[in-house]
Amino acid sequence: MQMTGHESDGKSETCFTDGVTDAIVPHMKILVIEDDLEAAAYMTKAFREAGIVADHASDGESGLFMGSENAYDVMVVDRMLPRRDGISVITELRKRGINTPVLILSALGQVDDRVTGLRAGGDDYLPKPYAFSELLARVEVLGRRKGAPEQDMVYRVGDLELDRLSHEVRRGGKEVLLQPREFRLLEYLMKNAGQVVTRTMLLENVWDYHFDPQTNVIDVHVSRLRSKIEKDFDKPLLKTIRGAGYMIKDEA
Amino acid sequence: MKPSLSRIRLVFRSTTVRLSALYILLFALCAAFLVVYVTAMSERLLAQQVREALIQETSDFLRAYERGGITVLLRIMERRARQPGANLYVIASSSGEMLAGNVASVEPGVLDNEGWTRFPFHYEPFTETGPPRPHVATANVFFLDNGLRVMIGRDLGEPGRFRGIVRRALMVALAIMGLGALVIWFGIGRNALKRIDRMSAASTKIIAGDLSQRLPVGVSGDEFDRLSESLNAMLERIEKLNEGLRQVSDNIAHDLKTPLTRLRNKAADALAQDREESRRMALEGIIAESDQLIRTFNALLMISRVEAGSIAAEMTSVDLSAISADSAELYEPVAEEAGLALTTDIEPGLAVHGNRELIGQAIFNLLDNAIKYACEADGAEPIRVILRRQADGLHLSVADSGPGIPADKRKEVTKRFVRLDESRSKPGTGLGLSLVEAVMELHGGRLELSATHGDEAVQPGLTVTMVFPLQKL
Repeated sequence: MQMTGHESDGKSETCFTDGVTDAIVPHMKILVIEDDLEAAAYMTKAFREAGIVADHASDGESGLFMGSENAYDVMVVDRMLPRRDGISVITELRKRGINTPVLILSALGQVDDRVTGLRAGGDDYLPKPYAFSELLARVEVLGRRKGAPEQDMVYRVGDLELDRLSHEVRRGGKEVLLQPREFRLLEYLMKNAGQVVTRTMLLENVWDYHFDPQTNVIDVHVSRLRSKIEKDFDKPLLKTIRGAGYMIKDEA
Repeated sequence: MKPSLSRIRLVFRSTTVRLSALYILLFALCAAFLVVYVTAMSERLLAQQVREALIQETSDFLRAYERGGITVLLRIMERRARQPGANLYVIASSSGEMLAGNVASVEPGVLDNEGWTRFPFHYEPFTETGPPRPHVATANVFFLDNGLRVMIGRDLGEPGRFRGIVRRALMVALAIMGLGALVIWFGIGRNALKRIDRMSAASTKIIAGDLSQRLPVGVSGDEFDRLSESLNAMLERIEKLNEGLRQVSDNIAHDLKTPLTRLRNKAADALAQDREESRRMALEGIIAESDQLIRTFNALLMISRVEAGSIAAEMTSVDLSAISADSAELYEPVAEEAGLALTTDIEPGLAVHGNRELIGQAIFNLLDNAIKYACEADGAEPIRVILRRQADGLHLSVADSGPGIPADKRKEVTKRFVRLDESRSKPGTGLGLSLVEAVMELHGGRLELSATHGDEAVQPGLTVTMVFPLQKL
């Protein structure tokens, strides 16, 4: 039913040319394994609107089958599923040599769960209830992972350059002095350039805390960073995406 | 009469009574065996003595006969027969005719064979004293060389009487013992039953919803008292949890009604907007409001999971010094933005066994609070993050010079949704300190709230200290 089998459809093509949503990666195909049909329907619809083809499986067994039979860019797996629980689906997939990035959704939603999920072979973890923008941002980062410049020693966005070895940051050839934490913040943003990065993702990847920052702590750090890299330049690079997070991008 | 009957039935149904009944039964069987055994043994002993005496007498008689013939034998026999409690003597002809002796007649056939009579036999004495009774005897018979038959016997009434005495004495003792056991048993059973009755009466009230009821505890400190005590401790805990639950649900109802109403109003407002732009703004407001609600629920879930202790899974060695420094670094720009300085005084290399995420979140909450409230103070002093090792534990404090919390309210503020500014003018869920306290409880530590400054010249300020227990790592 949901197994379309074709890697692209008309919708993602239109997304590619759509000026408003061109931040969104086209041609991404994901599998959502979720037994709550209402949540799944909402999710697949929202993913489609963001240019992502989302197949849906409503229990662990069919999810495992679909995940094994089709090539997906990302899988979103609910932790508690009928017929086979989410953790076991991931373990089994990994056993079969399928290394598709997996994001685990969990209603149990706490620290210990995250650790169990990641140990089983999950790549990211999101506790319920979550904002869809958070899920979308994470799925896109996970889907991009394949082509991520993991071994690139220098990240470039427009005239901004970050050297991961020497820890030097230059813009238009001029050195920008950053604190170590600011450097890591910029590094993470640039690694995911062109993609929305949420506040929670920043707290996780830059500070290594896995919870929702309740206040504006991250915003303050980002705005400090922004003032350093944009102070003497006209062109803004670091954009705030309302209701979602931040994105670094060269507006060509 | 009926209730007392059912009470007796209850007594017999109780474990104590059943156990003691079993013991009494076992004991009675043992005692009965003892009675039978003792009487049988004493009877055998007496019979043995009788035989030995008769054998002795037989040899005496034979010796007398050898020395002086039948006349001497008769003389000795006569003399002995006159003594009180004498044995039985008979001299009879070879045809069985009684010639001399102190016995009128014996059962026929007794004198026909030499040696011991095989069974006790009946005989009749010459004179009867007291009421007539059957006379039973055992005897040794021997034949003299002239054909005369001599019998030396002994009445068996004496061993029989002895057996009767022993048996009666034992029976009486057993009866007294059984009666005593019965009384004690009934008393104990009734006593236990009464105590259980009191316990179930208290339980019934508890079941009916009165959790303040406690089970009665006696003074003896026996197993019943210990049971009552531990049940009471359990009730104490349940009551506390229940109280917490009730308070939480009350507060949730109160505190979630406001944002939900706001949400509803905003939605109605969005619906009424004609312009696309303002409708979009209103919708964004709705999303922000919903996010805040989700945060509140997340925090609530988190607190209850921490309190339930179900989060204890991932406890590792946590570098408290590093977390304190990291948190201070994370919040330093936030404080600066609020016009406050943030200084640290962190002793390096201090670690605890714990959950880094939870401790981190607890410190974040404290820093959030400190910045939120201290910025009210003019020319405020810096917020200080202090980590020190002290005799009773590792003290991690966040100190501000804000308005502080009056001493009598300090216990209150760690409860869920309790916020001192009634107006709710500051953003927040009212759950921050609840989480911190739950985290400290999980780590076996405690949370201390005190004033930063003693004097009135400055704002009193608030110092919140997380005290972690010292432990070997």
